[in-house]
Amino acid sequence: MTTTTNILPGGSGKRAGGRIGSWRGRLLTGDKIAHSITLVFAACVVLLGVLLVLQLWWQSSLAREKFGWQFLISSAWNPVTEQFGALPFIYGTLVTSGVALVIAVPLGLGAAIFLAELAPRTLSDIMAFVTELLAAIPSVIIGLIGIFVLVPVLRVYIDPALQSAFGFLPIFAGPIYGVGLMAAGLVLAIMIVPFIITVSREILLAVPADQREAALALGATKWESTWKVVVPYARSGIIGSVFLALARALGETMAVTMVIGNAPVISTSLFAPGNTIASVIANEFAEAMGTMNLQALIELGLVLFAVTIAINALARLLVLATTRKGSSHP
Amino acid sequence: MRFRDYRRKFVNIVMLSLTGVCALVSVSILFFVLGYLLVHGWKALSWDFFIKLPAPVGESGGGMGNAIIGSAKLLLIALLSGVPVGLIAGVYLAEFSGKAVGFTVRYVADLLNGVPSIVMGIFIYTVVVLPMHHFSALAGGLALGAMLVPIVLRSTEDFLRGVPSSLREAALALGASRWRAIATVVIPAAGRGITTGILLALARVAGETAPLLFTSFQSQYWSQGFNQPTASLPVMIYTYAISPYENWHRQAWAAGFILLMLVLIANIGARLLLSRRASPARG
Amino acid sequence: MKIRTRGAIAVLAVTLAFMGLLTGCSQQESGGGPSGVLTLNSAGSTLAYPIYSKWFSEYHNLHPNVQINYASIGSGGGIQQLRSGTVDFGASDMPLNDKLLGTFNFKIVQFATVLGAVVPIYNLPGVNTDLRFTPQALAGIYLGRIKKWNDPAITRANPGISFPDKDIVPVHRSDGSGTTFVWTDFLSKVSPEWKSKVGSDTSVSWPVGLGGKGSEGVTGVVEQTPYAFGYVELIYAIQNHLAYGLVQNPTGKFIKASLDNVTLAAQSVAEDLAKDIRVSITNAPGPDAYPISTFTYLLIPVQINNPAKRDTIKDFLHWMLTDGQKDAEQLSYSPLPQQVVDIELKQIQEIH
Repeated sequence: MTTTTNILPGGSGKRAGGRIGSWRGRLLTGDKIAHSITLVFAACVVLLGVLLVLQLWWQSSLAREKFGWQFLISSAWNPVTEQFGALPFIYGTLVTSGVALVIAVPLGLGAAIFLAELAPRTLSDIMAFVTELLAAIPSVIIGLIGIFVLVPVLRVYIDPALQSAFGFLPIFAGPIYGVGLMAAGLVLAIMIVPFIITVSREILLAVPADQREAALALGATKWESTWKVVVPYARSGIIGSVFLALARALGETMAVTMVIGNAPVISTSLFAPGNTIASVIANEFAEAMGTMNLQALIELGLVLFAVTIAINALARLLVLATTRKGSSHP
Repeated sequence: MRFRDYRRKFVNIVMLSLTGVCALVSVSILFFVLGYLLVHGWKALSWDFFIKLPAPVGESGGGMGNAIIGSAKLLLIALLSGVPVGLIAGVYLAEFSGKAVGFTVRYVADLLNGVPSIVMGIFIYTVVVLPMHHFSALAGGLALGAMLVPIVLRSTEDFLRGVPSSLREAALALGASRWRAIATVVIPAAGRGITTGILLALARVAGETAPLLFTSFQSQYWSQGFNQPTASLPVMIYTYAISPYENWHRQAWAAGFILLMLVLIANIGARLLLSRRASPARG
Repeated sequence: MKIRTRGAIAVLAVTLAFMGLLTGCSQQESGGGPSGVLTLNSAGSTLAYPIYSKWFSEYHNLHPNVQINYASIGSGGGIQQLRSGTVDFGASDMPLNDKLLGTFNFKIVQFATVLGAVVPIYNLPGVNTDLRFTPQALAGIYLGRIKKWNDPAITRANPGISFPDKDIVPVHRSDGSGTTFVWTDFLSKVSPEWKSKVGSDTSVSWPVGLGGKGSEGVTGVVEQTPYAFGYVELIYAIQNHLAYGLVQNPTGKFIKASLDNVTLAAQSVAEDLAKDIRVSITNAPGPDAYPISTFTYLLIPVQINNPAKRDTIKDFLHWMLTDGQKDAEQLSYSPLPQQVVDIELKQIQEIH
């Protein structure tokens, strides 16, 4: 952390001769103005955040009053009878994020280990850069690939294979459409893998060399040193990166909407269609029938917002704890 | 004992190779996406695509000229609304702030950063679209601008803090006032980083679709002023992708390719600009 | 590195200038900037989107300073956007009943524009002939009772065709849809179980199926998913070369939707039409009538304060009722019966 030393010529105006001479006075006023202007803009940022939360709160008041906490556990979603419950969407959000994590964490951690421990520095840097580029791909483009590439592949090859091998499990039972929770989880995995790789790689690189060397000196193989010493050392940071990725996955909208099948239902099968909070808002917001519907959707947005913030905060704490630097990573 | 050693060595090689496979898979996803878009979008890229309006539904031909200009317009509004706020607030955090206020601002910025883009869209809908009684490019631009603020703020602050204090102290020792020192020495020193930070932030919001769905909405015509709904590249890609028309699918691929190229060029350009690390003592 | 800072700033400046130029260009292209061009915003029915898209484009060619923007977001969306005042007029396949009209805080006039047909579309690999569906089969599929393509309810009506033993994938609308209203209106009339369990509206609680966004979405899903089944307006099936089935009407005949038999559906309830053009024409009694036919409506506020907008809308409506009807046939919509045209030409006067 850089500390800006508060050195003004002659210290504070009061100590230097006690007089605010014209030249020095102008200096101080200039600084004060700069301070005030920048403070105003900083205050605008805070104002934006506060306004956001307030608007979400106010504009969902009718829905909140009508449904209370029931909103979170009820499964009804009927714009006609004006019964709204968030459970199918919370379920969809959790399941798709869960599938995404199951796929992305091993993949991302494996890649991060390779980049941090095995690859020569130049190669590691280049591959890490390419991974960052992957993170920059807009969601709608991943969705495009999702609809025209992933969904047919899932429908024709992967889902039937899973069903014939593991069909006795309820998550792999049921009719296969191609679109559904599985497809959504897969596109989410593609989108969050770069976060896991980037953050985990930095955390692993930050582990002091003597940890590795000690393990190797004791006769461990490279893998054992990595898996049994380095990774546990960096464990909380890695978990933090997983949480960051999770927070990102929860809010993803477009790619998910394009492949999830758009059915506000809860099913045990991963092959079934569903909806996430973000995808139902995207689908229904422009055409919400009536104020209650709109407010229910805004309340959904509030729920999503709250959960994302909580997980983000947790993630940053964990990452901070491991890297032990003052500023957290983007 | 020997067997155990062989087994450990075997596990070592297998697991390490697996990690290599993981890295390879992750990296190749990008190339796959890029390649696929190129192959499928190439056929649709024509002069028409860039300058024509969409044809009536079901008819062939037409283009996405309005979406390209619409997106440019939205980015312009986002730039003008979000960047100054983030930039100057970043200056505040790096140069002026005390502990408590600084903590609050940073915390709120983190909060804003974590807001799902669709929730930002809801927010702007309630504060801009509803009072104005129509969708507009202004609303869409403001939604993107609001997303720019925390990104620009964080990167500005980081780069300003990265300027060594020796530079500041030198300026102050030479008699400059604090604001003068900041404006003429510190900010230019961090200039490259700040600019690339803005560029990256713009690239990030250029691809956002969700906040535009109910702010700038859609349009089949050239965007009129800032008060009317406007077409935009990401929304058009989405609309065309979920439609049944082959003609539209091809245009969606082409638009996706263009969008991805712009985003990648911005990211690679930013990295190149930042790449040669300057030595700490520079004039 | 000073050069690099300058370089970065130069890049940014060029980008800005370019964007500014593009923005400026767009004003030029559209003929003189915002002052010369009148933009009207509308939204709603995906069922009528193809014909509205054609009409607005043609009207723009006739009146280059008028741009009528249409967002195909479903009838539910059209109604909602009109109610919140974010569009100038809306489009809906479902006519607004008095109860729904009561939720608006301004008066609306409803103009039927064309007649459309909602047809059952399907993606059945290996079967090339047109399939016949009884009303019970249709209800059964969407109730989840009829799960497989080789269910007797389907095979009985189609002797001689061999059906695969595969699951049907029913596809419905995920958004508020007038097409859904027409479809469920028909199902409610022919299936008491449907009527009590699900009912009819723009948005219902579907027992089974995948959701598609808009008619475009449903068509897209059926197009890409083998063994899928959906319901969309006729033109979507035709434009996308999808097979669409025949539906059995109350007299027992299997009718394949076309311009003529949709018009017959309207004609067979001519008397009721004279009293209220919001009458439902599904399951119409005519012997050759197509049973899932519908009018589609434009919802116009009675009071329009902006004189330019008001005159343009009135002029457009007049054009639509006279010249515009010729375009309907090309896109497989049936033009309005003359009776309705006469009523509506008079109705234009109500807008002030």
